[in-house]
Amino acid sequence: MSTIFERTDGLTDKQFHYCPGCTHGVIHRLVGEVLVELGVLGKAVGVAPVGCSVLAYDYFNCDMHEAAHGRAPAVATGIKRVLPDNVVFTYQGDGDLASIGTAEIIHAAHRGEKFTTIFVNNAIYGMTGGQMAPTTLIGQKATTAPYGRDAATTGMPLRMSEMLATIDGAVFVERVTVHNVAGIRKAKKAIKKAFEVQIAGLGFGIVEILSTCPTNWGITPVESLKWLEENMLPYYPLGNFRTPEEGK
Amino acid sequence: MAKRRGRVIFQEDRCKGCELCTTVCPVDIVKMNKSKINVKGYHPATVDEMEKCIACANCATICPDVVIKIETIEE
Repeated sequence: MSTIFERTDGLTDKQFHYCPGCTHGVIHRLVGEVLVELGVLGKAVGVAPVGCSVLAYDYFNCDMHEAAHGRAPAVATGIKRVLPDNVVFTYQGDGDLASIGTAEIIHAAHRGEKFTTIFVNNAIYGMTGGQMAPTTLIGQKATTAPYGRDAATTGMPLRMSEMLATIDGAVFVERVTVHNVAGIRKAKKAIKKAFEVQIAGLGFGIVEILSTCPTNWGITPVESLKWLEENMLPYYPLGNFRTPEEGK
Repeated sequence: MAKRRGRVIFQEDRCKGCELCTTVCPVDIVKMNKSKINVKGYHPATVDEMEKCIACANCATICPDVVIKIETIEE
């Protein structure tokens, strides 16, 4: 008899506060597992955002720092520059990274800061109660878009990975999903690659992870997986946008 | 080659009853235990026909609350 799957040491024993079926938990686990597998948990420093994952510092079993809304890349820049041998990552949602923190993430990528960003895109503001985010899909209902998002007044949903991939300093950019088991396994590989890029000192890496928000989407967790597949995947195509030459 | 068998162990009180694990089981043995309510107030996931488990770990992979541990049984 052997154990093939159990809770990783990369997570603390604390229970997640996330709503039932929220895939934040899956992404937390993947990050924790990758830190353990790369043997860098002891020198990892995470930066938690504002949003649903604001309490991420309670869940990762490594040093953590909290940042003001959207400013995780700025805080991570400081930490990485002072502690260049440590492995630094930010964990941010789409309201944090793609809205109030757009300037910070773009300039951190532009400067080629050598940390890793885990970007969780669930197309809505979760913690504050389901307001429209820059990543909300056209026609998707939100509390601030009760008739669905209208491109004429609010523009099209922002594709952060494609945008960041145009910046030279962002050497690793990939979009993955966690709505099915195959997707989760690929997501883990991408997260691992992003951390390896940092450890090799090659530059800034970001993994955008499509995630669900059953509570604010107003559907069940199981329906949410299907909704993500049918609505988010066509607009947010999966795949790698940038990989360093050495890593290919 | 011996058929791989597994055992699924749930930390029931951590389960939030989201049912994601029930959708990914290839042998369809992960069910919600409607006769039980856990400390959080949800019907926890469970497996009745453990002998059918093939230890694929799909349920544990998709569980957002890391409720599930998987062991393999050598025959």
